This record gives sequence, structure tokens and C-alpha cells, in this order.
Amino acid sequence: MDDAIIKVNHLAASYRRNTVLHDVSFEIQPGSLTGIVGPNGAGKSTLIKTMLHLHPPLKGSVRFFGLPFKKVKKRIGYVPQRGSVDWEFPTNALDVVTMGLYGQIGWLKNPSNLHKKKAYEALDKMGMANYANRQISQLSGGQQQRVFLARALVQDADLYFMDEPLAGVDAATEVAIMTILKDLKDSGKTVMVVHHDLQTVKGYFDHVLLLNRTVISHGKTNDVYTKENIAKTYGGDLRWMREEQTHVVHSIE
Amino acid sequence: MWSILLNSNTQWVMVSTMILGVASGLIGCFAYWKRQSLMSDALAHASLPGVIIAFLIFREKNLFILIIGAAISALIGAFFIQWIRSSTRITEDTAMGMILSIFYGLGIMLLTVANRSAGGNQSGLDSFIYGQAASMVRSDVMTMLILALLVIFVVFAGLKEWKIYLFDPEFAKGQGLSLKGMDTLYTAVLVTTIVIGIQAVGVILMAALLIIPPVSSNYWTNSFKTMLLLSAFFGGMAGIGGTIISAFGSGWPTGPFIVIIASGLFVISLVFGKEKGILINYLYFKKDRKRMTYEKKDGILQSRGAK
Repeated sequence: MDDAIIKVNHLAASYRRNTVLHDVSFEIQPGSLTGIVGPNGAGKSTLIKTMLHLHPPLKGSVRFFGLPFKKVKKRIGYVPQRGSVDWEFPTNALDVVTMGLYGQIGWLKNPSNLHKKKAYEALDKMGMANYANRQISQLSGGQQQRVFLARALVQDADLYFMDEPLAGVDAATEVAIMTILKDLKDSGKTVMVVHHDLQTVKGYFDHVLLLNRTVISHGKTNDVYTKENIAKTYGGDLRWMREEQTHVVHSIE
Repeated sequence: MWSILLNSNTQWVMVSTMILGVASGLIGCFAYWKRQSLMSDALAHASLPGVIIAFLIFREKNLFILIIGAAISALIGAFFIQWIRSSTRITEDTAMGMILSIFYGLGIMLLTVANRSAGGNQSGLDSFIYGQAASMVRSDVMTMLILALLVIFVVFAGLKEWKIYLFDPEFAKGQGLSLKGMDTLYTAVLVTTIVIGIQAVGVILMAALLIIPPVSSNYWTNSFKTMLLLSAFFGGMAGIGGTIISAFGSGWPTGPFIVIIASGLFVISLVFGKEKGILINYLYFKKDRKRMTYEKKDGILQSRGAK
């Protein structure tokens, strides 16, 4: 199909001298909410980072809206893993969200009151308005994740990449984040999310990309997210905990 | 004794060490949040051979020439650390330890050569080890002042950019900030701050002026800007205080006194710091415990009342 918003062709990347991604090719349709699912070390984060030029590719090409990354990076929002930054950094929640506007504000210029208001509204949307002036190290893990998401929202991008936004957050935050992701999708944005919980894949995502160093399977969740494909992704050593539930445990390599 | 302080040269030296302290306090905050405090120590030590080589080539004790040599030498050191880390299995701290001691050893060896070579004007090169602010002449002071003011300008012109670069560089890149550009600028201001400080503070203790003020200021505030301002203030105080004390004795080195003042400010911050100080934490803990005890008593009273 030609209307794909992301086209990845034969992408390969290595991480600490190991080739973690090889021959990764897929296309993403606009307005989809895709879960990237795979075992630890499958290259999920590396895939996102390589697509966003945060990690050098070995070969292959990635195009967004038919253009290379550099021309469209302002239309792309990225939510890194919560652990990727130092939360002891002396700043407050509102300030972190305002960082999402730095591209719009322009370099070497100060944020105006309008920008602060925008950032505050994004925090409010994430249910964090009361924590705007809270030092970020005093926020819980779930609250930190909400701040990161608010920062992405304020960017008003067309395309969002999120690296495990649901890792280590409580149930309320998980619901809040998923509501926002569905809102984004409903307003025509395209979202790709690295996800870990196999049980919730069906409820959360309309598309799924099963990844283990290369694309195992990709498509509509209902078509692709089958027991066989999951088994293929997670290796042969799968044990089904309960036959009727899509809940698996795999042995450590 | 006070006449020394009223001497115009001493006053100029004091102004320059104060501005140096301010610049170090600011750049130290960057190094602190980049987790590169030890890196600044390695670079300071690595600058010594450059100073001596520059002197051996030009036979002149002009600070500007010597700090160019120091900067080149420090950058070579930085390059080696980077190279060792990326192309061998040696970890960064080991690489820094190696470069620090090898370059410093080389510097001391060259210093011995310089001291033995003909001509009497090499005396004073020793001051680059422990620092001797009093040995600075007017042109040295001017060189240092101008470069330090330049560093301070670079910090405040791009405050917002520095903040996002230090907090979340990957996100900054997505926002269109050039990480390569920021890395280069960061290295440039770090090396500049180090090399302008080595005559007044010395290569051994220069890193203390970059490390101690930021750590101290972190106890007082939760805002990046306030941390920078406080760190600059602490650095400036240490610079001026150290220079005054060393001016009282003849030939007293400046570096150690600057470090002692900076450490004093650190101890005060550690105990009395408004945000993370030991005292405030203890008081909060006591207050909480008191509240808990009262609640418990209330609970007992209530249950008695119920009976």
C-alpha cells in the first residue's frame, strides 16, 4: 500500500557488537496504534532508536511521510524509557513538559506564558495539574511516566513512539495512559508502543508487530496475534501457563 | 599585612580568581549532571605537559601561550580517554585514571627538563602544580578574565538548551538540538575553564573548584537555574577567599586555600542545606514522628472513649 506513513526497508542495527536487528521491513498505516512485542533483547528499543536516528543503522532505510527523518523530526514525538534520564535533576514537572515545546519556542529564546499555559494544560490532561511545581525526584514512577507523556502531548506531533510507557506503573496510570493513546489514535495520530504485557495486547492495540531480531509477524492484532506467532517470537521453549489464556512464560536463555 | 590586599595587582588577581570561581561553579554543574566530575580532574592533570611544552617552544611565560598548550594537551587526553573507552574493553574510569597519571607524570618529567635547561625565566612554572595566583601579572589576569567571562556568557545565553541537553539529550535531539554541537561546546567551555584556572589553582586541585561548588549548591535548591547561580556564588567565594589567605604568606600556594574554603562551604551546605541538608531532613523526620505519636495517642483516647 502506498499511503503508509512509515516505511522501514531492510533495516539492520547492532548493539554492543551484537547484531540485534537484521532485515527489518514493515509499513505502518496512518491512524494505527501498534504494539511492538517481543522478548527481552529482541531489539524493540533498538528498533525505535534506530528509526529515530538515536542509534546508528548498519544498513537499510526508514522513511516517514515519504521523507527522511531529518526533514520530519518535528512531526515525531518520542517518549523514552523512564529510566533513561536522571530524575534527581533539579527541575519541576511543568519544566520537563515545557521541554516538549523547545523546538517550537526556538533556540536561545525563553518560553512565553502561552507556552507555560500549554504545558500546564498537557499536565492537566494527564491528571497531573496538582504536581506542576513538584520536584521531579519526588514524583512516583507512574507520575514520572505521566509527565513524560504530557511532554510528548505538548509537542503535538503526528507520529508518536513510546518505549515501554506502561512499565512499572500502577493500574490507574496504565488506564490513564491507554486512554490518552486511544485519544491520540482517534484524532488521527499514529502511535507505536513498545509493550511487554502479552495479556493486554489484544485489548490495547489494533496492530501488533511481533519482533525478535527481525519481524516475525506484523498486521492487525486479530489476524496476527495468534498462539503460533507468539510461540515463534518467544522461541520454542514456551510453556503455556493456562491453555485458554494468552499468558506465557519462557525460559531464560 | 593589609597593604598586600590594597595593592592594585592583588586586587586584580582577586577579581580574576573570583570570576574563575564563578565560571568553574557554572561549568562544574554541567560536569556534575553529565556525571563527568572525574573527567574534569583527568583533563586538568592532562593539561600539564602542554604547559611545559608550550614554554619549552616559546621560552616565554605568557599565560595565553601556555594555556593554548594546556588546552591542546587536555584535548589530546580527552581524545585518548574516548578512544580507550570505545575501542578496548577498558572501562571509562580506568581509562581516566590511566590518562590522568600518565599525562601528569609526563608533565612532571618535562618540568624537570625545563628546570634544568638554561635560562632563569622558567622559575614559576612550578606554580602550575599547586597554583600561585600572586605570580600572575596584569596580562595573565586579563587573559583569564576575558576567557572566564566568555564561558559565563555561553552558559547563560543557552540556559534552556543546556538544561534539556543535560537532562534528556535524546529528547533534545528529537527537538532539533544538535548533540554533536552541544558536545563540542561543552568540551570547549570545560577545557577553557580548566586551563584558565591552572595557574591560579594548579592542575592538581583545579578539579576541586569544578566539583565542590555544584555539589554544595545541590543541597540548597530544586531549580537548575538557582543551582547554577549558587554554585557560581560558592565558586566565586572560594576563589576570592583562597586568594586573600594565600596573599598573607609569601609564596603560599593558592589552590589548597581555595579548596579549603570551598570545602568549608560544602560542610555548611551539607548540614544546613535548605532542601537536602542533614539538619532539615532530621527536623522533618522528628516532626513526622511527633505527628505519628500524637495520632497514636488520639487513637488510644478515642478507643477509651468508646468504651
